[in-house]
Amino acid sequence: MRLFVSEGAPGSLPVLVAAGRVEGRAELLISTVAPEECVVPFLTQPRLPVLQLDSGNYLFSTSAICRYFFLLSGWEPDDLTNQWLEWEATELQPALSAALHYLVIQGKKGEDVLGPLGRALTHIDHSLSRQNCPFLAGETESLADIVLWGALYPLLQDPAYLPEELGALRSWFQTLSTQEPCQRAAETVLKKQGVLALRPYLQKQPQPSPPEGRAVSNEPEEEELAVLSEEEIAAAVTAWEKGLEILPPPRPQQNPVLPVAGERNVLITSALPYVNNVPHLGNIIGCVLSADVFARYSRLRQWNTLYLCGTDEYGTATETKAMEEGLTPQEICDKYHVIHADIYHWFNISFDIFGRTTTPQQTKITQDIFQRLLTRGFILQDTVEQLRCERCARFLADRFVEGVCPFCGYEEARGDQCDKCGKLINAIELKKPQCKVCRSCPVVKSSQHLFLDLPKLEKRLEEWLGKTLPGNNWTPNARFIIRSWLRDGLKPRCITRDLKWGTPVPLEGFEDKVFYVWFDATIGYLSITANYTDQWERWWKNPEQVDLYQFMAKDNVPFHGLVFPCSALGAEDNYTLVKYLIATEYLNYEDGKFSKSRGVGVFGDMAQDTGIPADIWRFYLLYIRPEGQDSAFSWTDMLLKNNSELLNNLGNFINRAGMFVSKFFGGSVPEMLLTPDDQRLLAHITLELQHYHQLLEKVRIRDALRAILTVSRHGNQYIQVNEPWKRIKGSEADRQRAGTVTGVAVNIAALLSVMLQPYMPTVSATIQAQLQLPLPACSVLPTDFLCTLPAGHQIGTVSPLFQKLENDQIENLKQRFGGGQAKISPSLAVVETVTTAGPQQIQTLMEEVTKQGNIVRELKAQKADKNQVAAEVAQLLDLKKQLALAEGKPLETPKGKKKK
Amino acid sequence: MAAAAELKLLEKSLGLSKGNKYSAQGERQIPVLQTNNGPSLTGLLTIATHLVKQANKEHFLGSTAEEKAMIQQWLEYRVTRVDGHSNKENAHTLLKDLNSYLEDKVDLTGYNLTLADILLYYGLHRFIVDLTVQEKEKYLNVSRWFCHIQHYPGIRQHLSSVVFIKNRLYANSH
Repeated sequence: MRLFVSEGAPGSLPVLVAAGRVEGRAELLISTVAPEECVVPFLTQPRLPVLQLDSGNYLFSTSAICRYFFLLSGWEPDDLTNQWLEWEATELQPALSAALHYLVIQGKKGEDVLGPLGRALTHIDHSLSRQNCPFLAGETESLADIVLWGALYPLLQDPAYLPEELGALRSWFQTLSTQEPCQRAAETVLKKQGVLALRPYLQKQPQPSPPEGRAVSNEPEEEELAVLSEEEIAAAVTAWEKGLEILPPPRPQQNPVLPVAGERNVLITSALPYVNNVPHLGNIIGCVLSADVFARYSRLRQWNTLYLCGTDEYGTATETKAMEEGLTPQEICDKYHVIHADIYHWFNISFDIFGRTTTPQQTKITQDIFQRLLTRGFILQDTVEQLRCERCARFLADRFVEGVCPFCGYEEARGDQCDKCGKLINAIELKKPQCKVCRSCPVVKSSQHLFLDLPKLEKRLEEWLGKTLPGNNWTPNARFIIRSWLRDGLKPRCITRDLKWGTPVPLEGFEDKVFYVWFDATIGYLSITANYTDQWERWWKNPEQVDLYQFMAKDNVPFHGLVFPCSALGAEDNYTLVKYLIATEYLNYEDGKFSKSRGVGVFGDMAQDTGIPADIWRFYLLYIRPEGQDSAFSWTDMLLKNNSELLNNLGNFINRAGMFVSKFFGGSVPEMLLTPDDQRLLAHITLELQHYHQLLEKVRIRDALRAILTVSRHGNQYIQVNEPWKRIKGSEADRQRAGTVTGVAVNIAALLSVMLQPYMPTVSATIQAQLQLPLPACSVLPTDFLCTLPAGHQIGTVSPLFQKLENDQIENLKQRFGGGQAKISPSLAVVETVTTAGPQQIQTLMEEVTKQGNIVRELKAQKADKNQVAAEVAQLLDLKKQLALAEGKPLETPKGKKKK
Repeated sequence: MAAAAELKLLEKSLGLSKGNKYSAQGERQIPVLQTNNGPSLTGLLTIATHLVKQANKEHFLGSTAEEKAMIQQWLEYRVTRVDGHSNKENAHTLLKDLNSYLEDKVDLTGYNLTLADILLYYGLHRFIVDLTVQEKEKYLNVSRWFCHIQHYPGIRQHLSSVVFIKNRLYANSH
């Protein structure tokens, strides 16, 4: 074995002393290296000393090296030694490295140096004197003594730093320091220069962070009630008393909605779903539903809001789909556009416009941007090697070619990606390529294509990002993705394709080609607006007055945060660029494997057939919105959240508040005489309301939903503590108290109905109808909690809002949608239908299943290790699953019908 | 995770039926175990090592001197590096290092599950649940190891199971 040490590394001291233990037992070579040498290949920070073992393993912890030497000499570990070493690593070292840094690097002296160490030194002293032993772990010197002595020696060898009053520590330290091996090690490391000998090493080390105060925890923080000041309470009461008066009149509906100078103009887009298939839950939460919550919130704030979306219709996937269904691409688009529109209508998505990209406006605007880029020199021409089918006389773009995957050998890999291994493929790398139309073998031919010169636009982009990103208005994942693209360097991007179904390229020699969807899909937002109003440029060429919010799943970030801004900046036409880029992570489906093309899960049209209302879907999807991290849809969890949060918390509170008004007060809101407790409650609710606003202003949709539920929890607790149902039967004072509590509670219910509006619009409207909430209060959400249902207000008929979801109902749905076996691919714009695999693949899988089955049987017969058997069984089950999928059989019943 | 909660998890995964009671010391809430027949023990690793011996599962502490030292080294790494760093940047350096270390390892110290695997798993859990799919793919070896440990019978218990995607999504994507 080889020990690496460096000049001035304090860890060398104990290590050299401990090394004395193995003399004559093992061969030990010692190499001296520079302090910044990274000896251990897998560590980013240099660490020394390091012991390289003959097996090739590294010990890079000083106390582990010492322990190893002790173990080799026959020493047995004990609890007390372990405890000292753990204390040394977690308590002494952080304090000691701070002290050494102050002394050696910063040149501080005295108490400045000893300060951080005081407690640790006292601890050693007390332990020694309490045990009444000369050494840390007993009567003889041992591992703990060597490690601690070695750590402390550089500092304590200076008598100025060995405190007089710590007698036990002093005598322990001096005893060890006079021993021969220790003296030798000290001379080698400190070279009679004292602590300054550590300088070459310490100055290469990062500055130690001050010892941390509190251990970090991943337990959810207990919800603690904030401490309120008198002023906050007084302000809440004042606002409450003003009531409806201070509400502005509702905004008149405009058509078309256009930006207004001097107002906040909010333009919201949701990523355009790809037309060729039915959207699933992941698409819905990833963009349209998230954007809808924000659009509804924005309208509640009385911001001038335009929310638009539409179907993305051009591209190969449409052409392929058209061929599959025997329709023209236009017919496919017409058919699926309606399906999309119906689904979003069912989910209550409040688009101002839901358009499509196959319109003359799209051609006009795309070609205009292209021409401007071309004249300004941002378009390049280059030759691309492509597959061409001679029989069909055309180049085979992306999905028009299939073949054997060059990476995994999968038989039916597509021209752009392999479904089995998920890798992206360059079509010419496919083995045995076949034209998808006529099945003949294509040849490689070169074809001229146009490229957007991103490197040339990079400077402008960085300048714009430099102004946009510091506002922290982009979600962290979006910032990260854009930064990593920039770090890797931008490359020219091909913007044309050999297709017919697309926006034509207005350039000589490119008549047979169209723009690639990546170039023109984002222009869809502009053309969809242009179809809505001829004054579309007031939204899209008005960066000073318009705040553009774009919602998408994170795979769309490069096109919205980089490619489109580059086109727009290069076109030099004062385009409105994205100010708030809101990207979600992925939503998984149950705990099955993530699979793009074999995905089974809940699709938009099926959600309608479950009998579960749209608002419940909205609530649950928003509750698990993949905000900041991936999340998973789970049927059981949906049942749980419906029954606990909606039924027992929110629904229970609102219903009780309303019922008390009807039952005890004849439907008329009673007089409220606020006690100090009530006033404090008003302030708590106000605080939570303001928190809700802060969160939604930052588009933290999921977190703001939690704020709503917290308000309702406050309400439930308030009713529970004050028991109006008991007091109503009591004295006059009790009855009055019951009135106040009921009145405050029903006003909280009214506030909740408005806060809930962006999330559950139908439920919100139902509550507002039940409470007969005055119109101005329904359409505005102020930042203060107001009394919107004053005494004497007559409410309507109250009825329960939510239904319990039953276990067997959910179990049925779970079975129906294949929960547990499959996942949906949430954010991918393209969703394939489940395709059954070719006979060859099925054959291979069957053989694999048989083989694996034999392995399991053999292992079981040999009574092999349980874990090993379990692992093999898991593999077998997985293979069986794959086989069932490949054969298109449902997994529960081996003889089931074919899936579509 | 509070240290006491972690020790409870460990007790269960070691199959110790009678649960110990832990108190906590100081502002960092260091766990303390009062043993029946001796002085109290302080510190997560010290108590964890003691529990392993109590459960007669000494193989979790390694058999050769080399294994024993390696295990202690990774345990120390867990309480100093993993617990000490709460911020994201540091966590990424940590994951990067571990990822490169685990490149040719099944378990942390080779081919046997040890106490180091269990405690590092508990300690890393809060970071791993927060990783994006892309990060999990970036720290592929950590992901593989983590997934392997969480599927070990009895270790994960009530901790959430972290989903790892088997096919790569980001390779060659741009």
